[in-house]
This record gives sequence, C-alpha cells and structure tokens, in this order.
Amino acid sequence: MKKDIILAGVGGQGILTIAAILGQAAIKRGWHLKQAEVHGMSQRGGDVQSHLRLSDQPIWSDLIPFGGADMILSVEPMEALRYLPYLGKEGWIIANRTPFENIAVYPDLEKIYGEITRQPNHVLIDADTIAKDVKANRAMNIVVLGAAIKHIGFSVEEISDAIRDIFNRKGEKVVEDNLRALQAGIEAK
Amino acid sequence: MEKLMLLGDEALAQGALDAGISGFYAYPGTPSTEIVEYAQRSKQAAAGNVHSKWSSNEKTAMESAIGMSYAGKRAMVCMKHVGLNVAADPFMNSAFTGANGGLVVTVADDPSMHSSQNEQDSRLYGKFAMIPILEPSNQQECYDMAFWAFELSEKYRIPVMIRLTTRLSHSRSGVVRREPLPQNSMKKPEDIFQFMLLPAIARKKYKHLISLQPEFVQEAEASPFNEIKLDAKDTSLGIITTGLAYNYLRDVFGEKPVPYPVIKICQYPIPDKAIHQLYDKCDSVLVLEEGMPVVEEMIKGLAFSGTKPIKGRLDGTLDRDGELNPNKVARALGLPDTYGEDIPEIVAPRPPALCVGCPHADSFLALNEAIKEYGRGHVFSDIGCYTLGFMPPYNAINSCVDMGASITMAKGAADAGLYPAIAVIGDSTFTHSGMTGLMDCIYENTNVVIVILDNLTTGMTGGQEYTAFGKLEEVCKGLGVHPDHIRTFFPIKKNWDEMVQIYKEEIAYEGVSVIIPRRECVQTLKKKNMKLREKKA
Ligand SMILES: Cc1ncc(C[n+]2csc(CCOP(=O)(O)OP(=O)(O)O)c2C)c(N)n1
Ligand code: SF4
Repeated sequence: MKKDIILAGVGGQGILTIAAILGQAAIKRGWHLKQAEVHGMSQRGGDVQSHLRLSDQPIWSDLIPFGGADMILSVEPMEALRYLPYLGKEGWIIANRTPFENIAVYPDLEKIYGEITRQPNHVLIDADTIAKDVKANRAMNIVVLGAAIKHIGFSVEEISDAIRDIFNRKGEKVVEDNLRALQAGIEAK
Repeated sequence: MEKLMLLGDEALAQGALDAGISGFYAYPGTPSTEIVEYAQRSKQAAAGNVHSKWSSNEKTAMESAIGMSYAGKRAMVCMKHVGLNVAADPFMNSAFTGANGGLVVTVADDPSMHSSQNEQDSRLYGKFAMIPILEPSNQQECYDMAFWAFELSEKYRIPVMIRLTTRLSHSRSGVVRREPLPQNSMKKPEDIFQFMLLPAIARKKYKHLISLQPEFVQEAEASPFNEIKLDAKDTSLGIITTGLAYNYLRDVFGEKPVPYPVIKICQYPIPDKAIHQLYDKCDSVLVLEEGMPVVEEMIKGLAFSGTKPIKGRLDGTLDRDGELNPNKVARALGLPDTYGEDIPEIVAPRPPALCVGCPHADSFLALNEAIKEYGRGHVFSDIGCYTLGFMPPYNAINSCVDMGASITMAKGAADAGLYPAIAVIGDSTFTHSGMTGLMDCIYENTNVVIVILDNLTTGMTGGQEYTAFGKLEEVCKGLGVHPDHIRTFFPIKKNWDEMVQIYKEEIAYEGVSVIIPRRECVQTLKKKNMKLREKKA
C-alpha cells in the first residue's frame, strides 16, 4: 500500500505540521516515509508544497511524479489547484475554502471553488470558521487534516495518537485544541 | 537501534556527530543551513563540546575547519554551493596542505535555483581540487557517508567533499544510527611542512596530490556506495546515475528491476574500469545526474573516441538545466509518462514577498521618497530578504549579484560619476562581506550612502545569529566612518519624516555615510514570543 500526498499552502500556514503528524502515524505502523519540504526563499509568503510519500514498501524517489498523487491536501483554495498536474486519476482533492490574500489581485473565489468542485473526488470545507467554532483558532490546518484522513486510510485513533506525540511538548491545552480541531474536521461536510 | 526521521542535512549532522566530529563551521545558506542548526540543538554535541557556532562567512569557516584539522581533530565545514566561491581560496589550497584530523567539506547545491542566484555544480570544484567527492543518494547514506568521509580523509590525509542537493538536504526519511565513535584527541601535525605552502614545498605537495589520484580511483571502484550491476540482459542501453538520480531510475520501474546494466555512482572520481565495461557492453549510454552534465562530459570527452551514442543533458535527452524528477527520467527512457491536469488559468502566481510588518518595507518606502527626484537606477543591493524590495510595490533596488557586492558596486558606480550611489545591505550580509568593501570606500572617501538594514538577524535563512550582532556602529566607526555620518532610525511609518530627512541629508553629504535602520524581523519576534508562551504552558 502507498499513499502519495501533496501538501499545499502558503508559507507559514502549517503544512509541515500536517506532514509531521501523518509521518508519525505512518512510522507507528512501521511504514516507510519520505517527505520533501520547501525551505528558504519561498517561505516568505510564497506558495509552498511538501511531497509526502508513505508506503509499506521501500520508497525510492523523494518527489511524487506528476499524475501520481493520491491526494492534494491544501490549506488554501487556490493553492490546491496549483498542484493539479500531480493528481492521479482517482486522486482526492481536500481543500480549505478560506483564501490567503497576500497578492495584488486574488482571482474570483467562486471560479476557484468551481475548479475544485469540478474534480470528481473533492472535499471543500471552511476550515478557518470550523476551527473558530471549536475554539481552536490556530488549528485550521488540523481541521483540513481531519477532513482528509478517511480518504488516506488512517484511523481517528492513529491520528489522535500522532497529534499527542507531536504537540506534547507544547502543553496539554495545545494538544486538546488540536484534537478538537481534528474531530471537527472529521465531521465537517 | 531506533530509526530517526531526519532531513538529509540532519542525517549528515548526526552522522558527523556519531563519527566523532569536534567542530562544525559554517555560514548559513539554503539548502545547507539545517546541518549546523541540527548540531546547535543537539544535546550530544553540547555534551561533547562540539563547536557549532556560526562563522562570519564561508571563507572564515573553511579556514577554521582547516585549523581544527591541523590540531588533529575531525572538522566539517558546511555551505551552500555559492558559498564555496567565497571559500574557494582556502578550499583549493587545503587539497595541497591535506588534513591532519579528518576534514570534510560539505556543499549543498541548489539545482532549479529554489533559493539561489545560480545552479553551479560543486562536483566541478571537487574535481578541480582533485579530491574525493561523496554524493549520497538518500538520508541513510548521508549518515553513513559522514563516517566514510572522515575515514577516507584520515587515511589519505586529504580533505573530502560531500555534495548534497536540495531534494536530499530538505527531504526527510528514516535513518538508523551506529555506535558513536569518540572524538580524536588534540595532536599537532607530525610533519612541520604540512601546512606550509611556500612554493618549494607546494610543488612537492602538488606532486603528492597527483600521485594519490590512482588510489582515489581505486577507492571509488571498490566503494561500498558505488553499485556496479552489469549483468542485466537488455544491453541496448547502459545507465550511469549519480547521487539522487538513482532513486528516480528505480522509481520509474516500480517493483520491477531495471532491465539494463546500471552503474550507481556515489563516490568520485568516476570508477573508470566499470564505465569502460558498461560502454563496451551496451549499444548506448544514458547518464542521469542531478546538476550539470559533469560525468556526461567526462565520458564524452575523455574516455571514449567511440561512436556509440551517449545520452543525457548534452544531447537534449534530458533538460540541460534544472533538477531531475521521476517524469523526466521516464521520458528519457522512453517509458510512458503520467500527468494530471494543467493548472487552471485562473490560478495566479504567488511569488515570495516581504512579510506584513517587515521593517525593510518601511526603510524602502522612505528611501524611494528621498530619491524620487533622481529616477530609478541608483540603488545597489545584495542578498537577503531585502532583495524582495525589487518587487512591486517597492521597486526599490536595482542589483543583486553576490554577497557584499552592493557596497563595492556602489563604489565603482560612484567612481564612474553616478550620484547618488546608494548601497542597501543586510546586517548579516554586511558582516559576511560588506566590511572590506566599506574599507575601500573609506580609503578613498568615495561619495556613497551605505544603508545597513539591521533586523537583528539573518532573516532569509530563517533567523540565525551573526558575528557582528550589536556592534554595527562600533564596526563602522572603527573602520573609519565619521561618527557624524553614522545615522540610525527606527523604520516605522510614524517616523516617515525623520527617515526621509536622514536619507536626504546623507545623500547631500559628500563622502562615506552609513545609515542603519534598526527594527527586529517580525518572524524572529514571533518565534521568541511563541517560545515564551510555550515556556509558560
Ligand atoms: C555566499 C553566500 N552565502 C550564503 C548565502 C545565503 N544567504 C542569502 S541571504 C543570506 C542572509 C541574509 O541576511 P541579512 O543580510 O541579515 O538580510 P535579511 O535576510 O535578514 O534581510 C544568506 C545567508 C548566499 N546567497 N551566498
Ligand atoms: S523574515 Fe523578517 S526580514 Fe524577512 S521579510 Fe519577513 S520580517 Fe522581513
């Protein structure tokens, strides 16, 4: 079994935290993992992506081939579309509705949503609002992760455990906030 | 032992620590920065008193590493590819002095220029210096090669280069550790001539270096990191991969074995004998390498006057520039390629930009106001976050060449009669290589305005300390700038009139002026506050 996931967003939106959580869950299963990250220049408010490859078999390439991704998981709607060349035929696109508007002219949002919902397998949720509703404002990224996990094939328990591992040193409140965000993401429609 | 999930950079650092390193020396630079940052966080490094503080630039780092090697201990110097240009003088000469304690030069290349101004290939430097080069293909090899590099270095008393590329430096995977080795004890070189490159001695050193070359080739032929598999049945093609390119080759064949003879090179000089065998056996050769066509040129130019096609980046089988990926390799092999959908037209580019609230933004806008009567083309700049001042809405700078070039280019332009000639340089970049340029200006009292953007950190690479922190005014005064023309301000909208006024006054002054806008980078500030919150929690 393999899962190739493109994580997408804007520098500073927390996609590496999502990668760390999924990675931790995969390791606990005894799976192999490769995760290519973006550091440097583009972290200054530019588009960032991470190639996350999880498999029960050894993994060779650090990069996912074009047309090979099982999922695009994006914390920003336009950024989800930037990686369509990577998406495989049966792949899922999971995206947050809330735009990150740091460019002069942000495109028409309805058209962006239209392009996402045109994809046969998509989930489009308002992760920012959902995070606020469960009083976990800073955990928008975990809400998006929550919406994705059943399509990746990880159980709630596996991801919850990984969240505890990753956030433990930040204190109990941060762990609880993120667990609530995860649950809200799972239930989101 | 347990598996650690490490970036290629981190795996290399952990390998060096376990191989008994005594000192890392480096100036930050993407994609190499995380090597030393890992050592700075490591409890093991702290317990062993392993040096990991930043150096002023790559040249001082390289020289310090040579000094530690002189004293018998294992040292590693780390840099990004263009850093080796700065360190090239001591680097080239270190091949002549050789090493006493193991000396490893780690250089991280950035093909496709994700965060760089060029995509030069450090293997050419390694070949130029005539030293062994190691090029890991995965995170485990990064770890293992640290041991191997120090071993080779001490066996032949020669510096060894480790070449990384972005995709390995910044990709994470599982790494299994070995039993750590103790550090070397201090031991002066036995040969008092070893580090003395007087011409008469240097000539002998060069002959010695030349005499080592066949041994380096033998080492490569027998290296545990080079894999030579020539028994595959389909000999219509033979494939040579270097470093990471091997992964893409394996990836495109999935669970099936590669049907062609393959040589995987991860240690240089190239294993001649094996390559001759491959060439003789196969009808054509494909070279897959990350970076420039270094091996391809060697094979084409040197070894073979034969007529069999050698395919790669030179004949257009692969793109001449940019990094490899599984799709490019599949196409080069004539295998079916996959592709999702094109990016919808509605998607707008999102280039990197100064953060909201960045102090540089205020400094640039006020500068624009102060010089608007002169038109564009008066501001020489440098490399750092502030290079983004080129982008709208700032459109504030006109050059970015190499670290330190802002001051010296402004000097040259001023010498040619350009007025005003303004240099804009970051605090860390000024420390790296701005001071010597400033000396040139002071020596001739050149009419320049030098703006040192002090955001109290090395912002571009994620917020590292730098050596002249908190001493910029003292440094400028000490170098000889008149104290009346060292001006500072707090770059924020509220101070608009004062900022514009200071720029104007110093432009009017005939001679060397230094202006230091000083306000902390909002990202490092955020990080500090977050740490405080975590501590409280
Ligand atoms: C020779 C060389 N070494 C390192 C780098 C990587 N690098 C680019 S900018 C920079 C630091 C910039 O810091 P600073 O001058 O303080 O500006 P800031 O980014 O904080 O605005 C570094 C380390 C490089 N481009 N060239
Ligand atoms: S990281 Fe700091 S210096 Fe760089 S753009 Fe952001 S605020 Fe400015």
